[in-house]
Amino acid sequence: MLQSLNEVVLKVEGLGKDVPSLAGESDGWLTILGDIDLDILAAESVAITGPSGSGKSTLLGLLAGLDDPSRGRVLLDGVDLSALGEDDRASLRAEKLGFVFQSFQLLPMLTALENVMLPLELAGRNDARHRAADVLVWVGLGERLQHTPLQLSGGEQQRVAIARAFAVGPSLLLADEPTGNLDSHTGERVIQLLFDLNREQATTLVLVTHDRELAARCDRVLSLHDGRLVCTA
Amino acid sequence: MMRLALRLLRRDWRSGELRVLLAALLIAVTCVTAVAFFTDRIGQALGRQAGELLGADLRLLADHPLPPAWRTRAETLGLRHAEFRAFRSMVMAGEGARLAEIKAAGPGYPLRGQLRTASAPFAATRIRTGPPPRGAVWVEPLLLQQLGLEVGDRVEVGDVTLRIAAVLRYEPDRSGAMFSIAPRLLMNLADLPASGLEQEGSRMQYTLLLAGESDAVAHFRSAIMNRLGAGERMEGVRDARPEVRNALQRAQQFLGLAAVVGVVLACVAIAMAARRFARRHLDTCAVLRCLGARQGQINRLFLWQMSTLGLLAGLLGSLLGFAAQGVLVTLLGPLFMVSLPPASLLPVLMGMAVALGGLLGFALPPVIQLKSVPTLRVLRRELGGLRPASAGSYLLGLLILATLIGWQAGDGPLALAMIAGITVTALVLWLGAALLVRLLRRLPRRGQVAWRFGLANLSRRPGASVAQVMAFGLGLMVLLLLGVVHDDLLDAWAGRLPVDAPNRFVINIQPGQLADVQAFFRDTGLPEATFYPMVRARLKGINDKPVGPGDYRDEHAQSLVEREFNLSWTTRRQVDNAITAGQWWALDATGNAIDVAQFSVEEGIARTLGIALGDRLTYDIAGQRVTATVTSLRSVQWDSFRANFFVLSPPGLLQDYPASYITSFFLAPQHVAQMDALIKRFPNLTVIDVSALMNQIRSIIERVVLAVKYVFLFTLAAGLTVLYAAIQSSLDERLRENAVLRALGARRSRLWQSLASEFVTLGALAGLLAAALASVLGYVLATQVLELEYTVNFWLWLLGPVGGGLGVGLAGLLGTRRVVSSPPLVVLRQG
Repeated sequence: MLQSLNEVVLKVEGLGKDVPSLAGESDGWLTILGDIDLDILAAESVAITGPSGSGKSTLLGLLAGLDDPSRGRVLLDGVDLSALGEDDRASLRAEKLGFVFQSFQLLPMLTALENVMLPLELAGRNDARHRAADVLVWVGLGERLQHTPLQLSGGEQQRVAIARAFAVGPSLLLADEPTGNLDSHTGERVIQLLFDLNREQATTLVLVTHDRELAARCDRVLSLHDGRLVCTA
Repeated sequence: MMRLALRLLRRDWRSGELRVLLAALLIAVTCVTAVAFFTDRIGQALGRQAGELLGADLRLLADHPLPPAWRTRAETLGLRHAEFRAFRSMVMAGEGARLAEIKAAGPGYPLRGQLRTASAPFAATRIRTGPPPRGAVWVEPLLLQQLGLEVGDRVEVGDVTLRIAAVLRYEPDRSGAMFSIAPRLLMNLADLPASGLEQEGSRMQYTLLLAGESDAVAHFRSAIMNRLGAGERMEGVRDARPEVRNALQRAQQFLGLAAVVGVVLACVAIAMAARRFARRHLDTCAVLRCLGARQGQINRLFLWQMSTLGLLAGLLGSLLGFAAQGVLVTLLGPLFMVSLPPASLLPVLMGMAVALGGLLGFALPPVIQLKSVPTLRVLRRELGGLRPASAGSYLLGLLILATLIGWQAGDGPLALAMIAGITVTALVLWLGAALLVRLLRRLPRRGQVAWRFGLANLSRRPGASVAQVMAFGLGLMVLLLLGVVHDDLLDAWAGRLPVDAPNRFVINIQPGQLADVQAFFRDTGLPEATFYPMVRARLKGINDKPVGPGDYRDEHAQSLVEREFNLSWTTRRQVDNAITAGQWWALDATGNAIDVAQFSVEEGIARTLGIALGDRLTYDIAGQRVTATVTSLRSVQWDSFRANFFVLSPPGLLQDYPASYITSFFLAPQHVAQMDALIKRFPNLTVIDVSALMNQIRSIIERVVLAVKYVFLFTLAAGLTVLYAAIQSSLDERLRENAVLRALGARRSRLWQSLASEFVTLGALAGLLAAALASVLGYVLATQVLELEYTVNFWLWLLGPVGGGLGVGLAGLLGTRRVVSSPPLVVLRQG
């Protein structure tokens, strides 16, 4: 479903995450993400960058509702994720959110087609097989439908993962170091695919990356340092 | 969701994830259903062919001639009737004489089912519609073999000579080998009077068979039921053949409980395999959660998978169980001697219940945790492992096992004893295994690298090592008990009997023959034997209060009150009798008892019937009442094989009642011919060959033990699945370690040595534990239960550790061959 371009898809208010400290920090807690405020608009592409341990993946996890924040809230299409139970958050993800991982996270025993069918079947879609095949053709894997992840190259596996994330037509696509495990040539093809999706389907794209060049191609770059947003460009 | 579940299941199966789980389930289902199919078929035979098993729709049995009123009543109701008399007697041919179970049947026998005969032992059979004609007999092949006869020869039955007209091949109401001590001779009832065998003291059973319209049968049954007198009973199709039913119940209980031991081990394997399955699905579930799967959907996904697996294992295991029951039929079928119908579907349902119960109780606890895998695991793999296994999480499984034990045992006390037995054995095995594994850790690490590495593997995974030593320890212990200790105990028992223990009983000696028989013994050089009088009597009252079967709940007590048994009189106490309460009768100067109105009662029967010292017992002897006081209780060493009696009195109390005499003695092999001569001269005497009887009992025990061993083979197979489950759970770790070792230059042969040292040690430890426990159990059984001297068999200590080491070593190497054969690069790339 296409949204108005000025509409805020993802709103982050005072978001913070603390974990129990193992090294005697004050109060016994370590703040790994502190007081983040952020608005991301529909069809926008946003890169989150920062050094290792700056809290990028934690932020991405909180944006996807994979974890509970210690304070603050995340609103996806106006719905407060922290007000939802675990299962309601899962339903919301099934409907509105796609996720692409650095390590692909494909199920090794399923074929490419079956991996892409998964979110569609979980959402109870009757056309799962047909839709999954279409999306795989669109990412250029029409000839690889019955291959298992082990029979595919890294780039092909990541394209299957993108097809899986995109299959349900999400309004928000989150990508965690999508090219981290790929060579530069393959990585470029995968990135192109993500930007094509962002542009053609007006899907909001939020990606975590170390790669400055890749970050520069996004509409906006958010830099994290020690769990705090230090600049946006 | 179901389609997704089945797809994932199919793919998991292809990747080998589910093989151990399915194997464990199959073993559990196969061993339970094998026993269930076997007992179901015999049970059905009893149900469906009950009429045939009785030879009638209803039969009345009495230890005295049948009241004519029964026959009259049957005729009035339009019922067909036939009768026969059954007894044991010697049968002679030429110089030979053998004991036979004789049935003298009247016209019409059998009313239901058919007799089948043949012209020679292995010739084709033909159906007969009635008993042999007058002057002819049909005999079982064994009697022909024993007497060296053929069809057409003649035999003497008492005073009458009859022609063997055919070999008897099938008799619908004949008991199996477990319930008969001699081959059958079937003769015509009309020839019985001429034989002279129907006389005082001959233990003859009179049977009236009835058949007809079910209403008429029911009418007869209700009319006669309450009028049955002492020594009379009625059997209908529902309660036919109580001896077969009892044996079936015992078989069901013991084979069923033996199968349960296999199920217990299979459940350990199920729990281990399911835990690995769950661990390997943590990532899958995290991805599914990330893709939007709700907890309920994850639950349904795995419930579908487990149910499908359960149903599949239930069906396949039942098929295997059906194939496996064939062996039980071969081993135990002849003991029941009923023709078996096809099995019902009930065991299949039982198989399904075992498979689903095993999964519910032992696979679900780890699998159910998958729904709670944190979604964040997709980003941080260290999150959300399985909770450690605890006894509490398997509480449901333990309850399911207890229910299965209760179901198989069929009665509460036996089930509780079994549960207690399994718990104590498991605890002892666990303690022993934990101690051995701990000792192993303390062993100085010397010797070859491969050897050290193998032993270190055992002590690095103490939990899995203890589970495997326990599983194999149990399986091997059972095999050692059945294979070695059981033979030792039988030999010790046989060895305890003196070489000249009596091996022949002669019964049915009439008072008029006594002097002649004694003279025969003297004249022919037979050993000096004591002849004891026997008076048949039925207990009618204790302390002047009438007693009947209804006064007792115990079946054995009921039958003791119902039937007649033998009283005897004597002045002196026999050497194998000891007074346990009261005093033996005092004698006057002439050697006679001062007070003749006394009884001395065997302590076992006194306990069963609730008889105490000082009680006044009233017996009915041939319609007359005799009352006397119990002045002593005795213990009797029954396995001395001397003639012994439950109730004795001093001479003078019973002397005027009809009696017959009995003796027992040791017959040396060179005197066997004298027995034939004795029977030739006194045809009414019955000689019972105790050694032949003992051999028959031993061969029955051997068959039963073989059947139990067979069922326990499933226990060993279940032990193997525990080994494979443990190997699987450490497979990824082993693959990585060995890939690194090979990358560092370790040769394959060294890795093989390391694995061999690990598994051979594991098996040897299990064998050691098994030998120790089998020795202790053998000792306890021998000294506490059987009261025998027991010497621990050296073979136990050799067979246990060596057999265990070799068997488990081989199985372990087979299970881990992938660890050595996988190319290191492939393993290291997979990370």
